[in-house]
Amino acid sequence: MDDLLQEFLTETSESLDVVDVELVRFEQEPNNAEILDNIFRLVHTIKGTCGFLGLPRLESLAHAAETLMGKYRDGKDVTEEGVSLILQSIDRLKAILMELEQNDGVEPEGSDSDLIDGLNKISLGEEAVAAGAAAKAEKEKDDAPIVVQTLERELLPGEVSLEDLEKAFQEAEFEGFPEDEDGNVEAEAKAEEPVAEAPKPEPVKKAPPKKPAAKADDAAAGDGKQSVSNQSLRVNVDTLEDLMTMVSELVLTRNQLLEIVRRHEDSEFKVPLQRLSNVTGELQEGVMKTRMQPIGNAWQKLPRIVRDLANELDKDIDLRMLGAETELDRQVLDMIKDPLTHMVRNSADHGLETKADRLAAGKPEKGVVTLSAYHEGGHIIIEIQDDGRGLNIEKIKDKIVSNGLATESELEAMPESQIQKFIFHAGLSTAEKVTSVSGRGVGMDVVRNNIELIGGTVDVKSTTGKGSTFTIKIPLTLAIVSALIVEAAGDRFAIPQLSVVELVQAESNSEHRIEHIKDTPVLRLRNKLLPLVPLSKMLGIRNENISPEEEEVRPEDAGFIVVMQVGQQSFGVVVDGVFHTEEIVVKPMSSALRNINMFSGNTILGDGSVIMIVDPNGVANGVSSGMADELNAMEETAHVASINDDPTTSLLLFRAGNDVPKAVPLSLVTRLEEVAVTEIETSNDRQLVQYRGALMPLVHMTEDYKPREEGSQPMLVFSDAGRSMGLLVDEIVDIVDDNLQIEVSTEELGLLGSAVIKGKATEIIDIGHYLPMAFDDWFTHRDDDAQQTRRRLLYVDSSEFFQNMLTPVMRAANFSVTVASSVEDALEILDNKDIFYDVVVADVEMRGENGFDLAKMINDRPVYGHPTMIAISSVCTPTLVARCRENKFEDFVAKFDRPGLISALKESTSEQELAA
Amino acid sequence: MNEEEHATDSIQYVTVVIGGQLFGLPISKVHDVFMPESITRVPQSESEIAGVLNLRGRIVTAIDMRTLLGVESSEEDASRMAVGIDYKGESYGFIIDRVGEVLNLSNDSKESNPSNLDRRWTNISAGVHRLDGELMVILDVERVLGDLMSRLAA
Repeated sequence: MDDLLQEFLTETSESLDVVDVELVRFEQEPNNAEILDNIFRLVHTIKGTCGFLGLPRLESLAHAAETLMGKYRDGKDVTEEGVSLILQSIDRLKAILMELEQNDGVEPEGSDSDLIDGLNKISLGEEAVAAGAAAKAEKEKDDAPIVVQTLERELLPGEVSLEDLEKAFQEAEFEGFPEDEDGNVEAEAKAEEPVAEAPKPEPVKKAPPKKPAAKADDAAAGDGKQSVSNQSLRVNVDTLEDLMTMVSELVLTRNQLLEIVRRHEDSEFKVPLQRLSNVTGELQEGVMKTRMQPIGNAWQKLPRIVRDLANELDKDIDLRMLGAETELDRQVLDMIKDPLTHMVRNSADHGLETKADRLAAGKPEKGVVTLSAYHEGGHIIIEIQDDGRGLNIEKIKDKIVSNGLATESELEAMPESQIQKFIFHAGLSTAEKVTSVSGRGVGMDVVRNNIELIGGTVDVKSTTGKGSTFTIKIPLTLAIVSALIVEAAGDRFAIPQLSVVELVQAESNSEHRIEHIKDTPVLRLRNKLLPLVPLSKMLGIRNENISPEEEEVRPEDAGFIVVMQVGQQSFGVVVDGVFHTEEIVVKPMSSALRNINMFSGNTILGDGSVIMIVDPNGVANGVSSGMADELNAMEETAHVASINDDPTTSLLLFRAGNDVPKAVPLSLVTRLEEVAVTEIETSNDRQLVQYRGALMPLVHMTEDYKPREEGSQPMLVFSDAGRSMGLLVDEIVDIVDDNLQIEVSTEELGLLGSAVIKGKATEIIDIGHYLPMAFDDWFTHRDDDAQQTRRRLLYVDSSEFFQNMLTPVMRAANFSVTVASSVEDALEILDNKDIFYDVVVADVEMRGENGFDLAKMINDRPVYGHPTMIAISSVCTPTLVARCRENKFEDFVAKFDRPGLISALKESTSEQELAA
Repeated sequence: MNEEEHATDSIQYVTVVIGGQLFGLPISKVHDVFMPESITRVPQSESEIAGVLNLRGRIVTAIDMRTLLGVESSEEDASRMAVGIDYKGESYGFIIDRVGEVLNLSNDSKESNPSNLDRRWTNISAGVHRLDGELMVILDVERVLGDLMSRLAA
């Protein structure tokens, strides 16, 4: 296929997608001239190009659709019938395009007269006959001497003869605007006489007084678009893929170099390598960004689908889309398109009630389906929410029992949230009627499978009568994943972190020990039984360095248990050792290995060795097929109890110094390591250890803490802006998901307070206290500021976790900190006339109203005394930075960038002093 | 132009020894020759797959040619070599006992497989070259890997 046609196909299908969306918008706002102009322009371009490329079928259909739109533009009343017909024409155009692509540029045979006739009938209305006659008359006049130019074919309805055009053109020159009698003049004029584009008939009839303003807006919007398109460049996807591969290689090589340098003390390579390492990191980020696309691309077709559905089902549906600009990897985007479409259809079809039912339930007739997307950590969260009837628990229960997925007594013991999750099982549709869109009971499990395929999870929450919310969590990119490196039978394997729930160390004679039912190992975990499967057994390997006799001797009831959750299934994988987590670049296995379903790929670790990546789905299948039925039953109940609706924080539990368990949010911990006591060096009264090619300071929990004298000592590694420190502990106990509620606050240094975790009073560690202990220069500026009066700071963040983490940092920077959890709270605090705040630090990524909204209000209300505003966010994208600038934020700091925050705060202080 | 099909030309072969037998691989198929180090075994893989290894940042699937051909060898495992092959965009390494010299052989000395040859061997051999005092079996890379893949698919 030649390049021109290829380009045409790509562009046209893009344009048609836009037309789809715009048309639906247009139907809702028939007076919006801007939308109509846009549609008209797109269809017109398609028509023009088709004519140029000699595609008569496409051209005539596009022409008919364009004509009708032209009429609408001239003020003809917009009817649903008309829009439907145009939409159908768009579909036909798409179908023809598709065939065109397959047939290598040859238009398929067939006639579109059904649609064209319909379109013409509406656009011409009663004038149809007259116009036709007129056209004929024109043709007969073709030979007359007045006609300067001739067309070699009969005029299509809505087309104008060249003489009319000429006339209009001349009129235009005199009057500036042609009379609005024949809007088609413009349409054709655009195609054949570029100069005639100037007199653009505005839909005068609709909003005459607003005309100049609207025009200005149009122009502004137009300009904006222009500049954006000038700044972007089309790049072949393959080029990007290649680039990504190269960067992945670079990352691996960098890791290898770092590993080598780590083994050589005082290598002169250290500094340049660090630089290389940073550049590589940035490059990686940059390339990843090129693959990012706004999720809105996957949503484009939805308004149209929902509109059609609403017509078909006679419902009134408002589809709201929030966060369409949220970006994610192109590959991931492609893979979630279909599941998303399916789920939105489901919500519209099953979720929302009929108009009558809604009214009867005291709800507005119009149902709302909200689609929202936002970033959270390395993941993107997509929510599909409807305000419909909610899931029918009773019906699900019936289905569960009749499908034999669980017994009634088991259901009794399950919380509702657990029962709702059964809708992701195959064969479970609760729709009473099977409609053309859904209800066949194959939907949600396919959705779940597709999402799990890309390492994502899907969840549902529903309240009867209030509606349902589906939450999809997917990784931003597939190429690089965080994985836990484990050992089994002497070999190392990588387990994707996303499916790992927690790690448990099982020991003989302890609370956590492996027990056996018949020969099947299980673990008591928080009063539930977790089915276990040794990784080595599952993979069918044994350690060749250990004789079978030795193996017998090894304690059966000890080992590390990686608790995994795949879909509905929870199980523990027993491994011999757990090393660390590592960011790995997933590489596909060669075809000679692709028949093995236990692995999803392989990768090269920092030390240069190749390692297989365990496929959690494969293991899950292996677990369920290999397990006795009784265990399956147990696993279900085990799972039931592990569901907890409260928002939880993953906490790392450890002991250090005394017997009181201590905890720190897991997300703050970079790594867990064991350090040999002999490797600890003392320099300048400080303990240091060589770690990843750099010296890492070690700190103790308390001043009188006694580290071990021999063997090795576990430590928690915290990294922050390129600096790491190790906190020596006695024992890492567990990782738990619990509701972190600090109940007793404390004055004791290094502690945020106490909380009840796993039924025990546990001290929550304040990492902010230990970081300066590791780095002397951490808060040095504190002394300089000490004399000054404490300045007031308002910190707005919905995340309690970050509140806990960052407030001490701000206090340490000599601010009196007031914390607000929402924009509303913040405004309330600001409204207090007696207190002015010098600095406002706001999270710009909160759900609902965020820092931007707050900034707007602060900018608008001088009463607040124009505090310095600093934006914080967990991700840092150029778009966000730009928005921050727009909203007059002084600075933009990533949440984990503590030094950045401190310097931003310091700067704000000095600036305000200068101003004062 | 495919060198092998060119009847009058001679072809350069990289010779290797597997289980005492001399084999020849067309030099155009051989990507590189290397010492297979730190092979990671792959659980549940076919018996002839020795594992995966890292060759200058690429992941290579190593195939134990002894197992594939069903031969025993008295040679030390530690001194074994591998021949790197690119097949359909993937990297494979044939683990062999020893690498010999590169021979320039004319097609005149080439004969088709003897009819009584072991089936496993005829499946992967493109013929035999009569050398002075020795026979060299031509290893057809495409067939070695194609045969392996088709067995996997079955």
